[in-house]
Amino acid sequence: MDVLTEAFAWLNDPLNWTGRKGVLALTAEHLRLSGAAVLLAAAVALPLGIWLGHRRRGGVATVVAANTSRALPTFALLTIFASTGLFGSTATILAVAVFAVPPILTNTFTGLMEVDGDIRDAARGVGMSGGRSLAVVALPLALPLIGAGLRTATTQVLATVPLAALVGGTSLGTIIVQGMALQRYGQVVAGAILVAALCLIIEGILAALQYALTPAPMRTRAARTRRRRPARNPSSEPAEAPS
Amino acid sequence: MPSNLPATIHTRPPLTDRGSDPLAGVSVSARDGSVFAVTRALSTGEAVLDTATFTAASSDPAANPWLSWDYVKHNWSDIARALEQHTTLTVQAVLIACVIAVPLGMLAHLRPRLAAPIVGTTGVLYTIPSLALFTVLVPWTGIGRTSVLIGLVVYALLVLVRNVLVGLAGVDESVRDAGRGLGYGRIRLLLTVELPNALPAIIAGIRLATVTTVALVTVGVVVGYGGLGQLMFRGFRNNKYHAEILTATLLCLALALVLDLLLWGVGRAVTPWARRGREA
Repeated sequence: MDVLTEAFAWLNDPLNWTGRKGVLALTAEHLRLSGAAVLLAAAVALPLGIWLGHRRRGGVATVVAANTSRALPTFALLTIFASTGLFGSTATILAVAVFAVPPILTNTFTGLMEVDGDIRDAARGVGMSGGRSLAVVALPLALPLIGAGLRTATTQVLATVPLAALVGGTSLGTIIVQGMALQRYGQVVAGAILVAALCLIIEGILAALQYALTPAPMRTRAARTRRRRPARNPSSEPAEAPS
Repeated sequence: MPSNLPATIHTRPPLTDRGSDPLAGVSVSARDGSVFAVTRALSTGEAVLDTATFTAASSDPAANPWLSWDYVKHNWSDIARALEQHTTLTVQAVLIACVIAVPLGMLAHLRPRLAAPIVGTTGVLYTIPSLALFTVLVPWTGIGRTSVLIGLVVYALLVLVRNVLVGLAGVDESVRDAGRGLGYGRIRLLLTVELPNALPAIIAGIRLATVTTVALVTVGVVVGYGGLGQLMFRGFRNNKYHAEILTATLLCLALALVLDLLLWGVGRAVTPWARRGREA
């Protein structure tokens, strides 16, 4: 039978959607792992990025983080974490979170660094303390970039979590990996379609969310960062690696 | 079901803490998916490897160090094969992507109406996870090199097209004017003025694409052709053989660094004017 027909037959079988290893359960697990990884990464990267950006130093650290994360294979880190005794979802969340840190960190840092010097001077001039100027002036101005960083990180995490299926994690990738093992290519194609669809849908939702949450006057700026400029000098660009 | 899996052909002697569970290796192999693909890709030489690791490990059965020179010494031919596979796959993918991306970028530059669809499509394709992209091709291209190569070319293509486009768009308008003033036609202007000026951006794109491709090749294990990823995966299945996993990881990082430095050197060599301009 044609593989595509097989794939659609697989997708049309209600038994594949329900149950403990059904598509719905796997999607929920996929989203749970991704959410946990993004939250963990944000919990580390946001305070660090804000602190570094506020002190206006640490550019080298963020660049090193971004570059290493691009060269270090996600699969390697997943394998390493999965073989240290942390099993299943904990290992997956940790490994994936490591790769979500650089985009959030670099964007937060860049966002704060790009705040106009005159604006910061004005904040000082009206008597704001450093902390207050950060909270009510710099952070709101940096929000579009910080949001773009969170979005990049989320997309990347969603695309990385399927890989965990290779080393024993549970996610939508499980369908693909299982299909490969059983040489059921219809199931493989169906799984690939599901994984790709999930990523594209969430990416679309995040794009809409980002647009809605950005105040109208700042939309051009957000749009600029969303369509990430390729690097002239790769070492100065936020990390965004396909995974 | 596990009985027909050839996965236990080469298992490391069980570590003491897992020794009580004789199925430790089997259960991992049966659960992970690509056992067929992987065993297919791993060819001869396994038996030799096993005796070697056995003698190395038998002196201290509990040791499972992350770094082991013994592992490298005893499995050098194996490592070299994986490294060669990894390198050739990366170089081939980036070269093919360059051949496609440069003309595509130039076309999008000449016909600005095509730029938005091209960049948009590349962005959407970039969002698709590699696991899905590598495996979705399998029914048509089969298990092995071709599937991985196509996936890698697609990802590298996206990085390159964007950089070519931005590089060409970033050429100084006055330089372009000077070319036009000399009576250059559109094509001649593109080839002899804009393209050389965009070279630094294009080289930066090639470097970026190369580094990400090195990392991505490892995902090829899902179709049994993952270069160094193959070693990582095998190490994972073999009772978590730490030395094998970490050696492969470090080699990946080293390969990315070496290729990046090489391309940096090439970039310096082909754009002497940029260097002179900076020094002046």
